[in-house]
Amino acid sequence: MTTHAWTLLGLFLAILLVTVKPMGLYLAKVMAGDYGFVRKTESPLYRLCGVQADEEMVWLKYAFAILLFNALGVLAVYALQRLQAWLPLNPQGMANVSPDSAFNTAISFVSNTNWQGYGGESTMSYLTQMLALTVQNFLSAATGIVVVIALIRGFARHTAATVGNAWVDLTRVTLYVLLPISIVYAVFLVGQGSIQNLDAYKEVTTLEVTKYDAPKLDADGQPVKDEKGAVVNEPAETATQTLAMGPVASQEAIKMLGTNGGGFFNANSAHPYENPTPLSNFIQMLSIFLIPGALCFTFGRMVGDTRQGWAVLAVMTVMFAGLAIAAMYFEQQANPLLTQLGVDPTFGNMEGKETRFGIADSGLFATITTAASCGAVIAMHDSFMPLGGLVPLVDMQLGEVVFGGVGSGLYGMLVFAILAVFISGLMIGRTPEYLGKKIETYEMKMTSIAILVTPLLVLVGTAVAVITGDGRAGIANPGAHGFSEILYAFSSAANNNGSAFAGLSANTPFYNTMLGIAMWFGRFGVIVPVLAMAGSLAAKKRLAVTEGTLPTHGPLFVVLLIGVVLLVGLLNYVPALALGPVIEQLMLFATY
Amino acid sequence: MTRKTFTLFDPTLAVPAIAESFRKLNPAVQWRNPVMFVVYIGSILTTILWVQALGGQGEAPTGFILAVALWLWFTVLFANFAEALAEGRSKAQAASLRGLKKETWAKKLYEPHINAKWQMIPATDLRKGDVILVAAQEFIPADGEVIEGVASVDESAITGESAPVIRESGGDFSSVTGGTRVLSDWIIARVTVNPGETFVDRMIAMVENAKRQKTPNEIALTILLVALTIVFLAVTVTLLPYSLFSVDVAQSGTPVSITVLIALLVCLIPTTIAGLLSAIGVAGMSRMMQANVIATSGRAVEAAGDVDVLLLDKTGTITLGNRQASTFLPADGITEAELADAAQLASLADETPEGRSIVVLAKQRFKLRERDIHALDAHFVHFTAQTRMSGVNLGERQIRKGAAEAIKAFVEAEGGHFPKSVSGKVDDVARRGSTPLVVAESAGGKVRVLGVIELKDIVKGGIKERFAELRQMGIKTVMVTGDNRVTAAAIAAEAGVDDFLAEATPEAKLKLIRQYQTEGRLVAMTGDGTNDAPALAQADVAVAMNTGTQAAKEAGNMVDLDSNPTKLIEVVETGKQMLMTRGSLTTFSIANDIAKYFAIIPAAFVSTYPQLSALNVMGLASPSSAILSAVIFNALIIVFLIPLALKGVKYRPLGAATLLRQNLAVYGLGGIVAPFLGIKLIDVLIAAAGLA
Repeated sequence: MTTHAWTLLGLFLAILLVTVKPMGLYLAKVMAGDYGFVRKTESPLYRLCGVQADEEMVWLKYAFAILLFNALGVLAVYALQRLQAWLPLNPQGMANVSPDSAFNTAISFVSNTNWQGYGGESTMSYLTQMLALTVQNFLSAATGIVVVIALIRGFARHTAATVGNAWVDLTRVTLYVLLPISIVYAVFLVGQGSIQNLDAYKEVTTLEVTKYDAPKLDADGQPVKDEKGAVVNEPAETATQTLAMGPVASQEAIKMLGTNGGGFFNANSAHPYENPTPLSNFIQMLSIFLIPGALCFTFGRMVGDTRQGWAVLAVMTVMFAGLAIAAMYFEQQANPLLTQLGVDPTFGNMEGKETRFGIADSGLFATITTAASCGAVIAMHDSFMPLGGLVPLVDMQLGEVVFGGVGSGLYGMLVFAILAVFISGLMIGRTPEYLGKKIETYEMKMTSIAILVTPLLVLVGTAVAVITGDGRAGIANPGAHGFSEILYAFSSAANNNGSAFAGLSANTPFYNTMLGIAMWFGRFGVIVPVLAMAGSLAAKKRLAVTEGTLPTHGPLFVVLLIGVVLLVGLLNYVPALALGPVIEQLMLFATY
Repeated sequence: MTRKTFTLFDPTLAVPAIAESFRKLNPAVQWRNPVMFVVYIGSILTTILWVQALGGQGEAPTGFILAVALWLWFTVLFANFAEALAEGRSKAQAASLRGLKKETWAKKLYEPHINAKWQMIPATDLRKGDVILVAAQEFIPADGEVIEGVASVDESAITGESAPVIRESGGDFSSVTGGTRVLSDWIIARVTVNPGETFVDRMIAMVENAKRQKTPNEIALTILLVALTIVFLAVTVTLLPYSLFSVDVAQSGTPVSITVLIALLVCLIPTTIAGLLSAIGVAGMSRMMQANVIATSGRAVEAAGDVDVLLLDKTGTITLGNRQASTFLPADGITEAELADAAQLASLADETPEGRSIVVLAKQRFKLRERDIHALDAHFVHFTAQTRMSGVNLGERQIRKGAAEAIKAFVEAEGGHFPKSVSGKVDDVARRGSTPLVVAESAGGKVRVLGVIELKDIVKGGIKERFAELRQMGIKTVMVTGDNRVTAAAIAAEAGVDDFLAEATPEAKLKLIRQYQTEGRLVAMTGDGTNDAPALAQADVAVAMNTGTQAAKEAGNMVDLDSNPTKLIEVVETGKQMLMTRGSLTTFSIANDIAKYFAIIPAAFVSTYPQLSALNVMGLASPSSAILSAVIFNALIIVFLIPLALKGVKYRPLGAATLLRQNLAVYGLGGIVAPFLGIKLIDVLIAAAGLA
């Protein structure tokens, strides 16, 4: 760890923690409709849509509304991709997207995963980027936030039948939180150098001629293969380059703010147009954690005890700091293979990193983007050292609860908190309670489902991929690393992160379908039980706090919750991790 | 009768329990415990694999498969043994009660009075509503309510208390229990239960019922354990494809065997807690029974652990039953000795404990001996509800003692007046939480107030410390008394209760309980009288005294056979202990997985990736010995923890955070460290024996 790395981490956390309270307070007040402008602005919208804003929903109706809303989102995104060739705003004449890729992308953006099997600048028309993908960036983020708000209401209310009105909640989050911040943010990014246009791609002359190897093509335009079946390359050179254009800044802003992570370009935030400067990079990192961090305060305020929120934030911050330090530490280590070739080991592992950002920023960004379910990248996680790559993998496998996705991180963490309270409640001899709500059979059922869904999707998905021919076909790297790539893909999809170990060729019908399924159930297989729990908690009486009540705001609880997240979240993945990154590391350093 | 107590592995219990462990291998029984059912299936599978290996097609060395299979069977049997042992202990307790259920005969009366005709019928033929006559030295054939007569009854068979108790019609001492014996006199009782519903029946059913109702927390915990089992099932099942893939890409080693996967699965799933879960539940009920409390359900016992308000009757629970004279406070112009003399005279014939205590005090203070009543030509005036005074007439001289109001009326009726200073003393005494008794004398047409006797409520020794403990547990104590506010406040302060309800009526009690419940608190109370029944029914945990009326017993969800109101505190502790034992063992069980991973993962994949031996931090001798050691540890730990499951984790009255910190250190950290040591030890033994 260099001084730069420590300073960067310290500065990042300090600024982040300063934003938590004001942002959290604003969120709480907006969601409660405490500001005068809120009701005035939105009431015409409700009249237009025929929404009965004062009518609250029971949890089942709320969940149904959320599911319906998102299912319609999938249809819209799918349709726009499949029809983009005939629709306007397509200066590059992009073809219609294949059915399996469109299916995968539709679910990916609706589930806030933003896994991208495609390359943005070579697949999507501007209309698709703006109307399908950017719109879903807003709506999927809003979905996550309203679900956690409903869950918090479950804790905050007592003997209540309802958890809120889904339409009103979605409107408020989008209109007063996501939109205004995104507008300011996009303008800032343009100021830093991001582009925002609808132009056709530009052909430019490069400063020097680039020499490269290209596959030799036969008369039919097919690559020529030698007798072993390998592609034959021939030297080629070029003096021109195509620069992709597009409405980048507007999509970039919500991509980070809503922990979406789906880049406009294939290179994602490593692309200079998406992330032009060190300042924009720092702000991008902050904006990923802005809402997940603030929601902790919102939680504390809504349940009437801000200490509860700070405790949850403390758990997230401590775990995050540990993971970030690990990632930066391992990336600072040199790859022995390269050291052997005479590379100065003090450079650390620069493979796959953007030289503009370097090791500390890349390590920190990678931890942030995977701790939160963002998935934007500024470096190729595939090229990390084995244990450096283990950190993003672990971030995701913990269930995306260390800050996590907007909303989804907190509801995931609260599910773990319920579990922690259940075990510790038993240990002190009381029926477990959290925030005055008894945790009983029904809650344990829902908690179990929420905790079961993602590991099952990851483990079974990976297993299917490694034994089927279609699954193995996508692997680019031999050995244990190939296994890590598949494990990473399913961990990313089922936990709705969206980042990738780039080595896997995942834009195939097999992976598009498998990962699509993993993303959908990884998202809604958790949301539905969480909402069910919200309903059941809201209906309960609130118990009085006594000396015998386990305090859930002190250091003891923080330690306990960290322990439960690590133990329950990680034990499922130990064998898989041992056969992936761990053995990679052992083999790499054992050989040299 | 004394209850037989058993040492933990008492052969008289352990031997039948071993037999029972094998009987429990019935799949229908195993199915009730989903986690252990998985182990059961694993045992069958490995046995089949072993048989296959005997045929020469083994996926692993035959001896290794056999060893794993055997230890998996042991795991199942050990869990069965724990359950059987717990059940055996309870049954033994029940059996001593069953002795009471010997064939008895009943004298069934045709009409409910002593001279009516009766018929001898078997006790089992008695029905609710029948009227029976029980004479001296006869057993009471069924639970009932005395409607006529007074008798002393030996209830030691049920309560263990050798002193006989009085049972009489009317009031709160009218209830009799089947199986107890009338020692003197006779009673006529109306049978209140049908055969098979008596206390003894309920007690036996509670422990013998094979389909013991799981308590809510037990169900919630089972759900969690099943969820963990499903995840670990997925972990191990998917390991086979992972292993096949790894062997392919590394091009070395052999895929992991099914035997090893089953071993890993059994080690990972929470067998420790699952194997002991029902034993903990049975043992909890059994501990209640040892404390002479019958709970109608395990749910009630568990709820007791959650209680945060205790309503306690003042008399008998907080204070000794009787008030005692502590001071003489003479009126102006009267000496203390004069007052003591008059008070003693007025109390000579007063057989109430209060009356006796006045005589005793007079003797202590002024060496006043008891005088011969007949020599004095005394005529005693007994207490009546109308006059609310008692006293003595010595010829012309009338001495009266009684409540201030009553004496005032008496004095004023005789033409005297009640001095202000005495009123002041009366108030002072009341403020101290004592009861003032005023003594007045009328002689020769002159009436005067002599002074005040202070009757003090004696707070039980150690009760204040007990309440302080309860406060630390987060339990609020509320004293309920019929006394006025001033008196109640003083005693409440002395006893250290958190709150009190003075001038309590049954309605006020009910209202108080409801109020606490709307505040989100769980209320426990004890009661014995019929007028307690509504409050008992409303309370979350209601312990009825066995001496209480039938109505009270039916309204409560527990009955305390010793009729000791302080027992409530023990009930709360037992409830907590049950939950704590489950929670601690769950934590222990999950924490164990870390060490088991370190033992099994390197062993299972070392043939594919030799570098994985770096993870063999325990330095286990060989892959097969590592896997076997983990499996053996997993089986043996169940046996080691049986005593803990049966006795329960020790409960100490500490704050929630302190308690959690301690238990986390012991069962969390201990759960991480213990298997590292245990597995290593077993491995060393196996290696030394040259077995694997």
